[in-house]
Amino acid sequence: MRMRTMEISVGFFMLIGFLALVVLALNVSGLNLASKGTGYKIYANFENIGGLTTRAKVSMSGVQIGEVTRIRLDPQMLMAEVEMEIYPDVDFLSTDSSAMILTSGLLGQQYIGIIPGGDVDVLAPGEFIYNTQSALVLEDLVGKFLMNQVSE
Amino acid sequence: MIDFMQKLGHRTLSKLAAFGRSGQILFQSVVAKPAPVMMFPLLIKQIYFVGVLSLIIIVVSGLFIGMVLGLQGYTILVDYGSEQAVGQMVALSLVRELAPVVTALLFAGRAGSALTAEIGLMKATEQLASLEMIGVDPLRRIIAPRLYAGFICMPLLSMIFAVVGVWGAALVAVDWLGIYSGSYWANMQQSVDFMSDVVNGLIKAVVFGFVVTWIAVYQGYDCVPTSEGISQATTRTVVYSSLAVLGLDFILTALMFGDL
Amino acid sequence: MEAVSPTTGSASSMLEDVIVEIKDLTFSRGDRPIFKGVDIKIPRGKVTAIMGPSGTGKTTLLKLIGGQLRPDSGDIVVEGSSVPSLGRRDLFVIREKMGMLFQSGALFTDMNVFDNVAFPIRVHTQLPEEMIRDIVLMKLQAVGLRGAYALMPSELSGGMARRVALARAISLDPNIVMYDEPFTGQDPIAMGVLVNLIRRLNQALGHTSIIVSHDIQETLSIADYLYLIADGKVIAHGTPEQLKTIESEQVRQFVEGLPDGPVPFHYPAPDFVEQLMHKGVSR
Repeated sequence: MRMRTMEISVGFFMLIGFLALVVLALNVSGLNLASKGTGYKIYANFENIGGLTTRAKVSMSGVQIGEVTRIRLDPQMLMAEVEMEIYPDVDFLSTDSSAMILTSGLLGQQYIGIIPGGDVDVLAPGEFIYNTQSALVLEDLVGKFLMNQVSE
Repeated sequence: MIDFMQKLGHRTLSKLAAFGRSGQILFQSVVAKPAPVMMFPLLIKQIYFVGVLSLIIIVVSGLFIGMVLGLQGYTILVDYGSEQAVGQMVALSLVRELAPVVTALLFAGRAGSALTAEIGLMKATEQLASLEMIGVDPLRRIIAPRLYAGFICMPLLSMIFAVVGVWGAALVAVDWLGIYSGSYWANMQQSVDFMSDVVNGLIKAVVFGFVVTWIAVYQGYDCVPTSEGISQATTRTVVYSSLAVLGLDFILTALMFGDL
Repeated sequence: MEAVSPTTGSASSMLEDVIVEIKDLTFSRGDRPIFKGVDIKIPRGKVTAIMGPSGTGKTTLLKLIGGQLRPDSGDIVVEGSSVPSLGRRDLFVIREKMGMLFQSGALFTDMNVFDNVAFPIRVHTQLPEEMIRDIVLMKLQAVGLRGAYALMPSELSGGMARRVALARAISLDPNIVMYDEPFTGQDPIAMGVLVNLIRRLNQALGHTSIIVSHDIQETLSIADYLYLIADGKVIAHGTPEQLKTIESEQVRQFVEGLPDGPVPFHYPAPDFVEQLMHKGVSR
């Protein structure tokens, strides 16, 4: 009889433990199994990506439509090449869309914002966005501001 | 001088011998052919003692640590106008560091010391020797279920700690200090990565559980079977396993999150 | 120091069927030698007692027979197999034929009396539960504690705990039962019960009993053959009657319980008066 209550409580304990794992996965880390690895990839070259990292979000009008999956330096163009994975239901990005690196808040994380263009053709998987705008680097900005002050 | 060298050598040798014996115990109890039929009820019992009975202390301390983190994080972050990031801060520090480390420290104090004292007392009352004489290997009968229970319970307890902590921080930050709950959870979900944060925290918890139970079981099995010896062994369990946890935490963090 | 043995002829005729033979055993703990060449032969089916003052390593001897310790040199042969050379697995096999009653009883504190006695049976056999129940009740009946089967070890008195431990030691009907100080710390009634029990069980079950003890009167009353150990050596052996006739001072001191003799009352110390005068207690 004592063994039975013990077994029940152990079962309960294991259940709570695995529930905790599920909560951590879904609620805390926002793991979304459904959209993982099913999107298509597009690329963009930037002169300067600032502090952009992999897993940064890719958004359009503030809505997330994908994430950065890989960043590397293109040895021919000497520019950063960013690989993005776009959710499969977002299949309407026109070829003349532009991508820019934005910062959420003053010191927040950097992400890629995509502004759609007017072309009828849409981006196919593996294609490049040519119209890009680099990250806003705070030091450059401060530097320019100070130069202006001095020259005045 | 020569005396000092001799003492140093003697201490080094005896520590090495102790380490070797502990490895032997670990090997013989874990790798030795398990007897599953006998093993299962014993394992259940040990999970009960090691895990279920540690649940309350884990939940309570997780709740309070989460609440403190929420409060402290808020008061610091509000100066920079980024109090929305409190969820992110709390979740990252809990999942990566505090949950495995604090759980392991509590586990060493709550379950580790109890394991050492129990096994030490079994040795002092000749129960281990009498098992041997009955023809049952005490390493398999007594030590192995406790080791396995430790491996199983630590990660579960650590995850429960993290969840309760995040929830406690939400209680303070969202319900009390009035941060918008959407930004609390969204910031958290955006910055916490399942593979690199949750799974790495889990790996830490498994390693800590392994080390703490190993130390506890070894200290009990190798203690001097007197009341003084048992109390010393229990103290050593808590001290050694706390030091081991903190030291290993640095190494694991450097391996996982540092770009080495 | 030569082992004093009376008429060797009668002794060797008794020792024809030897179940445990210890040959030239030496063993030391750290730097302290405990046995310096001990030879003991234990006859089958008899009660053999190994006696000696405290601290002569009698319990160590039982552990050596059970293979829990390994000798520095010499050999221990139990039923034809040499214990020190056995591997871990074979050791557990041979231990199934041995039962051991520990000084403290060593009952498993997390099981009740019934489960304690049933434990060796459950571990080593696949018997159905009803049969185990019958065997356990039989063993408990033999030690007079059938009524206490549901008690936990913490609820037993010292004498009862030792009887339960005895029931557990004989639950698999071993060939050899070893008793480690069975009479220590028992009241006279419990002592009488145990003496009786050991004798009766030995006759009824036909196993070999090895008793390690320093309670001279009780042991003399049940043992068929005795070995006296002091300073790491066998100083005398023989039947109780033979032992009483031995003239050696050391044997006399032990058998008659004299406070001073070859085993000195005083731990080695400098001269008493001199130490008092010079206040020379170095710490």
